[in-house]
Amino acid sequence: MTDILANPLAARDHARGMAGTVVEAMPVLPPVADDLPAGVPADALVWEETIAAGGYATRRLSRGSRLRLIDLKGDACASLLIFNAEMPTERLNIADTVKVQWNAYLGQGKLLLSDMGRVLMSIMEDDAGTHDSFCGASNAATNAAKYGSGDNSGPHPNGRDRFLLGAAKHGLQRRDVHPCVTLFKGARIEPDGAIVPQIGPFQPGRTMVLRAEMDVIVVIANCPHVLDPRTDWTVTPLRATAWRGPVTPVDDPIRNATPEGLRAFENVEDYFRR
Amino acid sequence: MSVDPHLSGLSGTVVHDVIVPARAPWLHHVAAGQTLRIVDLEGNQAVDFLLYAAADDAERYSAQDTVAAQGNLFLREGTVLRSNEGRPMMTIAATSVDYHDTIGGACSCESNTLRYGHHTKAEHACVENFLEANLSEGRGKRDIVSNINFFMNVPVEEDGSLGIVDGISAPGLTVDLHAEMDVVVVVSNCPQINNPCNGFNPTPVRMIVTA
Repeated sequence: MTDILANPLAARDHARGMAGTVVEAMPVLPPVADDLPAGVPADALVWEETIAAGGYATRRLSRGSRLRLIDLKGDACASLLIFNAEMPTERLNIADTVKVQWNAYLGQGKLLLSDMGRVLMSIMEDDAGTHDSFCGASNAATNAAKYGSGDNSGPHPNGRDRFLLGAAKHGLQRRDVHPCVTLFKGARIEPDGAIVPQIGPFQPGRTMVLRAEMDVIVVIANCPHVLDPRTDWTVTPLRATAWRGPVTPVDDPIRNATPEGLRAFENVEDYFRR
Repeated sequence: MSVDPHLSGLSGTVVHDVIVPARAPWLHHVAAGQTLRIVDLEGNQAVDFLLYAAADDAERYSAQDTVAAQGNLFLREGTVLRSNEGRPMMTIAATSVDYHDTIGGACSCESNTLRYGHHTKAEHACVENFLEANLSEGRGKRDIVSNINFFMNVPVEEDGSLGIVDGISAPGLTVDLHAEMDVVVVVSNCPQINNPCNGFNPTPVRMIVTA
């Protein structure tokens, strides 16, 4: 204990002296973003946060909200859990997501479906194109094997343990951490079933915009891809920005793109018919 | 006494032997070291399959950890079925079908409305079976995760297209699973009648456990 912090008021002054510190990875409150799309008013902004390399973030987003993710430096790896905020037993179902859409590769226009036949979020914009619906997140065992450790308290956090903490902030438990999708890092499938990871690094600034089609809880873990071939634990910060937007109208092109997707939207509209 | 061909190649003593009727659930505890053989009695019958660690059922089969660990989507002889914590739960000790699926998931009343239309909402589905079986041991909807579909064929094309196509199984083909830990096996003998996973005709399967 240093002399200056020997009493509570000195400790208080020391703590208060940190106010205003700016670091690379942090939330901005109230949110400010100077690069919102045209037509989005500044007061529609609800979330602005840069998620650390190896960090995580979680947020409740209302129906109609847009979530923009930016791979700031080209090496972010955004593993994503999605829950129905009102009834978190309903969550992203990756098997239904790929099966119902007859395609496993995520991109613009694709839907992220729940296990209740509804669309939780849709992908409005995507200039990355490398995403992974197969491999899931790293865990303590995989990181220990590759990097010597995977603990939250150590230098090489893993995706699953980040998810556990993020989900716990909403009162959820180990059994709620469901199979995820990973954005910005890809996986392609060879004819014999072999998984070919697409790890990059990519050019900085790749961007996705997702639309919440229900009131959702998102949990994002930004840890190296489980099949990242690099021996060093490598990941860079991820920026998340969200703003309020209109609920998807009946003439929306993503809503009407396929008969299966349309029925997923109709099931959402039926859920909110109350 | 005639020889039962479905027991061919199995070592040890049969400790459990049951026919799971078409469309029905099945739950059974398999101890570490035991082997579960699933017999596709009439051919091309999808067997939807989940695993839970008997000691701690928040640890369960993880399709994603399984395929990531082997770098391949298909489950073949030698595939280690891994948990959400990366631990081996069972190993495919032998299979007379080339490969099995773990990306297609389970049919549900709700997803059937998307895939086929709302007229299928009342049809029986695998998630109903998974729920019914799991509820008997205190698990519920949060415990339903991506499953295995033994005897089901889901190829992925170059552009990412995928779908359940005609099976590569046949009457009497089998898969043998060696338990690496004490597990709870939860099965739905798939009742789907709207795609080729069961040849449009759900049929019984046989479960044999040896110790």
